[in-house]
Amino acid sequence: MRAVHDEFHGDLMEVSMGPHHPSTHGVFRMNVVLDGERIVKLKPVFGYLHRNHEKLGEGMTWLASMPFTDRLDYLCAMTNNWAYALAVERLTGLQPPERAEYIRVVLAELTRLLNHTCLAGFLLQDTGAMGTPLMYAFREREKILDLFEALSGSRMMCNYQRFGGCRVDVSPAWLAAARKVVDAYPRFLDEFEALVTGNEIVMARTQGVGRVAPELAVAAGVTGPMLRACGVDYDIRKVDGYGLYPRFHFRVPLGDHGDTYDRYMIRVLEMRESIGILKQAIDGIPDGPILDPKAKGRGLRPPAGEAYGRIEGPKGEIGFFLVSDGTPNPSRYRVRAPSFVNLTILEDMCLGHTVADAVVILGSIDIVLGEVDR
Amino acid sequence: MSDATTTTITEEQRAELRRHGILLTSLQELYNWGRSNSVWPLQFGLACCAIEMIAASMARFDIARFGSEVFRPSPRQADLLIVSGTVTKKMAPQVVRLWNQMPEPKYCIAMGACAISGGPFKQGYNVLKGIDRYIPVDVYVPGCPPRPEALLHGLMKLQEKIRAQPLAGPDAPRHLRADDPCVYPVPECGATDLEPPFNPEVWKPPTLVRDDA
Ligand code: SF4
Repeated sequence: MRAVHDEFHGDLMEVSMGPHHPSTHGVFRMNVVLDGERIVKLKPVFGYLHRNHEKLGEGMTWLASMPFTDRLDYLCAMTNNWAYALAVERLTGLQPPERAEYIRVVLAELTRLLNHTCLAGFLLQDTGAMGTPLMYAFREREKILDLFEALSGSRMMCNYQRFGGCRVDVSPAWLAAARKVVDAYPRFLDEFEALVTGNEIVMARTQGVGRVAPELAVAAGVTGPMLRACGVDYDIRKVDGYGLYPRFHFRVPLGDHGDTYDRYMIRVLEMRESIGILKQAIDGIPDGPILDPKAKGRGLRPPAGEAYGRIEGPKGEIGFFLVSDGTPNPSRYRVRAPSFVNLTILEDMCLGHTVADAVVILGSIDIVLGEVDR
Repeated sequence: MSDATTTTITEEQRAELRRHGILLTSLQELYNWGRSNSVWPLQFGLACCAIEMIAASMARFDIARFGSEVFRPSPRQADLLIVSGTVTKKMAPQVVRLWNQMPEPKYCIAMGACAISGGPFKQGYNVLKGIDRYIPVDVYVPGCPPRPEALLHGLMKLQEKIRAQPLAGPDAPRHLRADDPCVYPVPECGATDLEPPFNPEVWKPPTLVRDDA
């Protein structure tokens, strides 16, 4: 903390929040310049969790990077796997069988539920509601993690997708269990919304806070729920129908204020749409193999070329750009991480607000530092 | 009273007394019992493992059963540092500084492969190969990430360790001895690596001698 002098504002205070701060969602640091309580300048400082993900990816075989994608955004292992598998599939021309595509949709939507539930809990925690909403959120998270664990053997780091399909098949019992969780989910959402959505304090703390203009969001490359909260109708599941998404019926909720409250609401509405997709996918899952017969994990040498695979992750567009030169490891491996791109407009969102608001705004962006720093 | 009159009570006698509602104990046991059942961790997460640490404090796993649900936002109110996640070289000085700011008696759990050894990211130039190079670690909880139950087991091991600590003598904990430092040097980012690369007081790497040398 130090005092700085500014000719327009007089005496200002520069405060470093983080990298160890209860509300920075990990090891993130914001250097804020304060005029009283108001933020007049904000500088994000990254890199406290820089783990060389991309560099390590270039030194490993294609398959060996799969578990590392789990650790990129550690709330959404399944969708990270999918984005990476999709990029490699584009490079190699492998085609997952229909059953595998269905399983992927089920797992991706479960991941979306998981991520948005946790986000809602953390966001409420950031507004100062210590404990209770997060307890509810983590209760639901455990149910989904049980499904993941039964399927892949691991709670968080599933390492489940393979190039041209999936690693293990789902059993009828697993599908029944998944269906049970999905059927019970709307009740949790109703309960959670009864607690939060109309809550006077939540509205006072979030409405009109951290507004983003749609033009700014588009110019900055913001994607995901944060973009849709500004009213921009852009969902990769619709515009770039990867996997089997064109087959499913669902709507894309849009906000119109672009404030923190809308960002929260979009996620709740998206969860309700996800439940619809999940029901369609679980009911429609066909029999058959789960792996392309041409697929091989070890010793994979895609033909020389480049590919970009992207999906609508829970946080936004997650994409992998891969360049192959025909060797057993990629010659370029690059991740387009939604958390990082969404975070770039943090200063614009926070200017003029108080420090307490900045904490809530940061919470509503939904960042995971593993993905921001990589 | 002379020494001849003092007798040692055996464990059976003690248990017998306890059945009659009389609790005979030593100051050491009372002190350790109190401390081991109120280990307050610092609210401090570094990476993926932190999510499982949070899960351990949530509804299903309920770390409150062990008296450790009070995650403190300030190091000055905490007595357990759970290093949960990857420590990068950029973050390591901050971790050591937080450790220094915690008052004695304090303990450290290294949670997950990254905190223990660098884990899957060990090859990374920017990843610290184990936090035990700079601060003394009491319990290692392996896994990537360890399940919340594993963390709870680590916590129980730590409680056992605290209960067994003598209050005096050479085996007494740091804060009861004059010869052991409670504050450790904070490394700085040097030209190629952290300076110093490890704290020789805490970490003594084995000297590898090759047979053919
Ligand atoms: S040990 Fe594994 S889960 Fe834990 S921080 Fe390291 S990579 Fe993440």
